[in-house]
Parts: sequence; structure tokens; C-alpha cells
Amino acid sequence: MNDYMESVEDFRLRARAWIKGNLGPTLPQDVSQSCDSDDEELVAVARDRRLQRRMFDGGFAGICFPREYGGLGLTASHQRAFNEELVGHEFPSRLSVPTFSPCAAVLLEFGTPEQKARHLPAILKGDEVWVQMLSEPGGGSDVAGATTSAVRDGGAWVLNGSKVWTSRAWWADWGLILTRTNWNVPKHQGLTVFILPLRQPSVEIRRIERLNGESEACQEFLTDVRVPDSDRVGELDAGWTIGTRWMYHERSGSNSPYVTRPIGLRNESAEEPTVVDIARKAGRLADPLAHDLIGESRALDIVTHALRGRVATAAASGQADHSAIDRLFTGMARVRQATIAFDLAGSAAGAWTEAEEGEMGAPGMEFLLRQTSCIGGGTTEIARNVISERVLGMPREPTGDRNIPFRDVPRGPKRV
Amino acid sequence: MWQILSSDQTLLRDTTARFLIDQVPLSRLRRDRHDPAGFDSSYWKSGAEMGWTSLLVDEEHGGGSLSGRGPVDLALIAYEFGRHAAPGPLVDCNVVASALSGQEGDLHRAVLADLIGGTTISAACLGAAPWHDPDAATVRILRDGGDILIDGAVRPVESAEQAAHLLVTGMSESGLTQVLVCATAPGVAITTLKGIDVTRRFASVTFDGVRAPASALVGAFGRAGEQVSRQIQQAAVILCAEAVGAMDTAFQMTVDWAFSRYTFGRALASYQALKHRFADMKASLEASHAISDAAADAVADRTDLAAETASAAKSYVGEQGPELAQECVQLHGGIGVTYEHDLHFFLRRVTLDRLLYGTPAEHRRMLAFMHTGQFKDKPA
Repeated sequence: MNDYMESVEDFRLRARAWIKGNLGPTLPQDVSQSCDSDDEELVAVARDRRLQRRMFDGGFAGICFPREYGGLGLTASHQRAFNEELVGHEFPSRLSVPTFSPCAAVLLEFGTPEQKARHLPAILKGDEVWVQMLSEPGGGSDVAGATTSAVRDGGAWVLNGSKVWTSRAWWADWGLILTRTNWNVPKHQGLTVFILPLRQPSVEIRRIERLNGESEACQEFLTDVRVPDSDRVGELDAGWTIGTRWMYHERSGSNSPYVTRPIGLRNESAEEPTVVDIARKAGRLADPLAHDLIGESRALDIVTHALRGRVATAAASGQADHSAIDRLFTGMARVRQATIAFDLAGSAAGAWTEAEEGEMGAPGMEFLLRQTSCIGGGTTEIARNVISERVLGMPREPTGDRNIPFRDVPRGPKRV
Repeated sequence: MWQILSSDQTLLRDTTARFLIDQVPLSRLRRDRHDPAGFDSSYWKSGAEMGWTSLLVDEEHGGGSLSGRGPVDLALIAYEFGRHAAPGPLVDCNVVASALSGQEGDLHRAVLADLIGGTTISAACLGAAPWHDPDAATVRILRDGGDILIDGAVRPVESAEQAAHLLVTGMSESGLTQVLVCATAPGVAITTLKGIDVTRRFASVTFDGVRAPASALVGAFGRAGEQVSRQIQQAAVILCAEAVGAMDTAFQMTVDWAFSRYTFGRALASYQALKHRFADMKASLEASHAISDAAADAVADRTDLAAETASAAKSYVGEQGPELAQECVQLHGGIGVTYEHDLHFFLRRVTLDRLLYGTPAEHRRMLAFMHTGQFKDKPA
């Protein structure tokens, strides 16, 4: 084994050449990740798996994963260089989040050598797609209040309960699941993480239709699901240690050194449609008010990108975890940008012809779904708590679930 | 500001900070409220010796920077200016010095040497000129035989009454033109303006048939569009870094206040309604840091996105600076609008920085033109 590490710039040049030679242009669906039908989506998933395999065969998969698990053993700077070179090219968009981060990142950090050897190379090759099973129907942002139970039965565990908002679970292979293994200790002390194969009869997966008709998110119902103890991740009842890191990796999202996806400001062509397209279609390219909105949206793109770089630098240099700041800013910026797009589109965003579906229908639906960017992956309210308490050091909110056994924590209004 | 600095850069920043704390503490700025200049000439000269006016000038023309990236080093100084609400025409002197760097004329060289030495200052007359809209130009520049003839007015111009020279930007029949004019030249009239910032002085400048030799041109007649764009980018870098410095101080004062101020038996910092507002402020502050640094990096490296990044910074920080400062006032309550409290120095700073060298709306408009590929309104 050669200990020499390729310089970031050399790596960048090699990556640029390989990307140009092996990857086609970005498709709109790589960015939007929306397909018109399930059949179309399954085709897109198969393509993503092939793209991942192509990256693996080309020697560019798992840039920050150790070599023993099929990765390259390089640094976050190498991954960032690759991501910058990737702008404008196709990439396995459905695999980056959540398969690589948080799932593979958590496995890498907490998995046993056997678990890592079994799953990480398979993930890097595109053979395994993972989902994170964290949220519960009664949980919302209170992730540590999980009530999906795992009860020991000989050398195995029996899981019962339900997880929700699991993106794309209907075609995924594996899940990382947070369960409650001890109800007699305070809530953070009785959690355990398991690996769960999704395609089995005891796991029922239902699609959740969102208000725009799309149904990528799922809810899973677990009925006496048996999981061998060898699929337990980390120590028994130590799930919250993993959970905090898990959510850190989740907040890192596209910033994560484990995620391959283009970062840069030049892939507007891939977004569908841009504010400029919308203004043009609405005949407003000469309208000063439209200029103001286009300029504002573009400024938000550039600021979002700059902030992301700043947060990544702070994390990489060990100075601070400011991922909650990124999360809050990005959520708010996207909300504003959705409103700008809607305003630019005018009345056609409310009712449109079949032919106008892309340019005009999208801003209307995106406006209705606007708040998802402030809800998904932890609400902006939670991010504000994290920033004020952990970054600024302000007093924590009072809670009703500290230092009492989890089974005694109120989970609904008191009934008389 | 950048999270990672070289030891030279850290030294430059810290030396500047110590100098400002020593020379222009807020008590001094309060006292000099009605002073015509707002600062001593010895203060400016010492600052120039530390590099305040030479960082955008090429080494072979008497300038130079620590890192080889002048706008980045200058942004470190501007940040400290904002943090301490320091007086002095940092933006204009640097814009003029940058414009004169590499110019051949004897006048240009002499003025540049004085600027770098800090013995005189210059005004750029560009802070509010509608350089982004040639049709609305308020200064006309004509050729008259071998001379240049200037007519019009521009306001506000920082430290115009203290300036020895004026860099005048105006429209000619063939495009934007820049001329270096002596502040005492016949036909130049400078009138004091009242203003919102007690630490800075502004004037209006009118040109009534002001005559200058062709040798006073900065760049080619009618071809100054590109250099003006570059100057606007540089000014945006300085103003954004300065505003971020002022935002940092105002925010830190307000965080400290939230911990020490008790109401209803609790610290302000314990109310979730207020904690969430602090979180929003922190997010906009970090974003302002990020875009301000990104603009300095892009302008220093002259990247393809330099103009867009500078305008994104000027529009975003211009908008967020006063919003954050006003939120700090609100969280302070009544004390926040008194002259006795220090907060107003920083509110004034970001409010004026918002206006100079293009308002947020003007920069958004420029961004839209750049982004849609329409350059018709760009300086010709």
C-alpha cells in the first residue's frame, strides 16, 4: 500500500478528465428528483445504481471512505474538488442522501468491522440503497422520544412500531432504524440502533401522498420484525450517542464529505425552471420589478453557496459545528425563492394548460409546498433552538421528559 | 471574516484593531461629533503607514499586499473599521489609489504617492453617482480642444472638504470617463452636508465648467466602463467587510445584554421568542460573513463571478446590516435609541454602508442583468 496522498489539485485534474469522459450532462430529474410515474422512477433508480457502479469502477466512489472498504481514503477537500468538477454532469442523485450520509457515515463511525465489510463496499458499488428510519408519527422533531420497540428474544430482537417520512423507502434495500430497548430509564438512555432489511413481509410500506400528488415519502409498519443481534449498531441502549452523530450527518446533507453531488453556481441549467425562465415565459424580462426579484433570487443562490463553504470550513478545521445555521439559512432562503418564483410566474402559476405544465405549474405547486424546506430534516424552529442554545450558549428550553423513566413521560393530554 | 488567516494577516488585523482602540475609542468619536474632519491627519498618516491605502496598488507602483491578494487584506482592515466604527475615507482613498495604480501621468503618480503616504486624501465622487445607469448620469464630461470640460454635480461625497483631489466619473458622448481634478480647481464648489453618521463627513460637489488637461484623464476618454465596474466591486468588498464588522459588534453587545438583562425574574436570553430571534440574527450574520469573504476572494482573484459575487454581497449585506442593527435596537429597548448608548455608532455605520456605491436594489438590478445575460445597462 502506498502512503503517498495525491494532492487535491492533481486529483481535481484527474477527476475532471474522468468526469468529462464518462458522465453525460445533468438531467433535470437529477436535481428535481421528481418523476411522472413510479415506472419512470424505477428506471431512474436503476440508472443511479449504474452511475454509482461506473464511479466505483472508475475509481471515484467513496472518496472519503477507507480503502479497506473500497473507498479512496482521501480527504474532504478531495471530495469537494470532485463535487465542484461534477457541476453540469449526471450523478447518482438518489443515492447521495440518505444512503451515503447519514446512513453510510453512521455505519462507518459505529458499525462493527463485519457490518462495514458487508455493507460499505456494496453501497459504494450501488448495490445497496439505504434509508434512515428516524421520525415517528407521534414524534416530529422529538427524535429521542422514539417509541418503536425492540425486545430481546434469544439471540435476536423483535421490533414493533412505525416510522414515517422515510423518503423512497418503497424501492430501497436497507434501513437504519432507531428503536427503544429500555423504557425504565430517561428517554435518551434507552435507545438502540439496528440495521433492517426493508424487503420482508413483516415490514409494510405505505406511500404518503403530498399535496402536489407526488408520493416519494413513506410510512413503515413493523409487526414482529426479527433482527439478529449481529445487526445491532453500537452498544445496547447507547443509541442516542449514535443518534446525535446521525443527525449531525443528516444536517450536513450535501455538505458531508461522504456525499458526491455537484456543488457550484453554474448548474442553473439543471434546475427546472429557473427564475429567468419563469420571467421570460411570463413576458416580464423588461419589468423592473421582475429584475429586482431575479436579482434577489440570484443573490440568495450565491450567499447560500458561500455560507455552505464557510460552514464546511468551520467543520473541517474543527472550529465549530454551524450546520444548524446552514439549515436555518437554507430553509429560509428556499422559502423566499419559492415565493419569488411564484410572484414572477403571475396568474399562470395558479392555472395552466397542459403545455405550460413545466414552467407555470411548477412555481405554483412549489409555492404550496414551500414550507417543506423549513420542515424536512429537522424544522427551522429546532435549528433556532440549537443555534441559540449550543452556538450562543443561551439557557435550554424547559422539558417535561428529563430525569424520569421514559414510560412515565406524558405522551398526550391528561385525561380525567 | 475568514476562519483561516496567515500569521501575517492575523498580525495586520490585530495591529489595526489595537491602533483603532487606542486612537479612536468611542469616547473620542463622541467628542469629535462636530469636528469638521472627524479625524486627525496624524491618525490617517499612521494608518497609511500600516497599509490602509496601499493594498490595492501594484507593488511596482508603490503598493503591495501581504498575501498578494490586496482586496482580501484590505477587507481585514475594513472589518476592524466597522467593528470600531472608525473614521476616515477608507473606501474612497482605496478606490482612487486603485484607479491611479499604473497610470503614467506626473499628476497621477504624485497623487498616488501622497495617498499611499497618507499625507493627503482623495475623494472618489462615485459613492452615489448613477454609474449603473448612464442615462441618469449627473456629471457630463466633454472634450474642448485639448482640454477636458466637466459640468454637473454629485452627492454625497465622503470627506470631500478634506480631499486634495477628486476622481470624477462622468458621461461623455463616447461613454464613461474618469478625470483626476484638484479639489481647489476653479469651478469646483464643495458644500457641507449634514448626515446620519457622526463619525463620517460628507459634502456635495458641483462642477461648473471645470477645466482639466487631457493628461488628467484616468484611463482612456469614454472607455472607463470596465475600470469603474472594477472600482465598484472593490468598494463593495470594503463596505461589506466594514458592515460585517459593525454587525459583529452590535450583535455581540446585544447577546451580552440578553444575558445580563433580567425581566420578570429571568434573563432575556431565556425566552424562546427572543432566542429564536437571536438565532435568525446569527444566521444572517454568518451569511453576511460568508458572502463578504466570498466577494473579497472573487474580486482578488478576478474570477468570472467577481462582479456577480460583489453585487450579491452588496445587496445582501446592505439589506441585512441595518435589519440586524435595528433588531439589536429593538432587543435593547429604549436605551437602544439613546446617544449615550454605544449601539447607534454601529447602526449608523451599516445604514450608510447600505447606501454607498449602490443600494441593495441597484445591485439586485445589476445582478439580474448579469444573470439574464443582458448587459445593456452596464456602464458603457
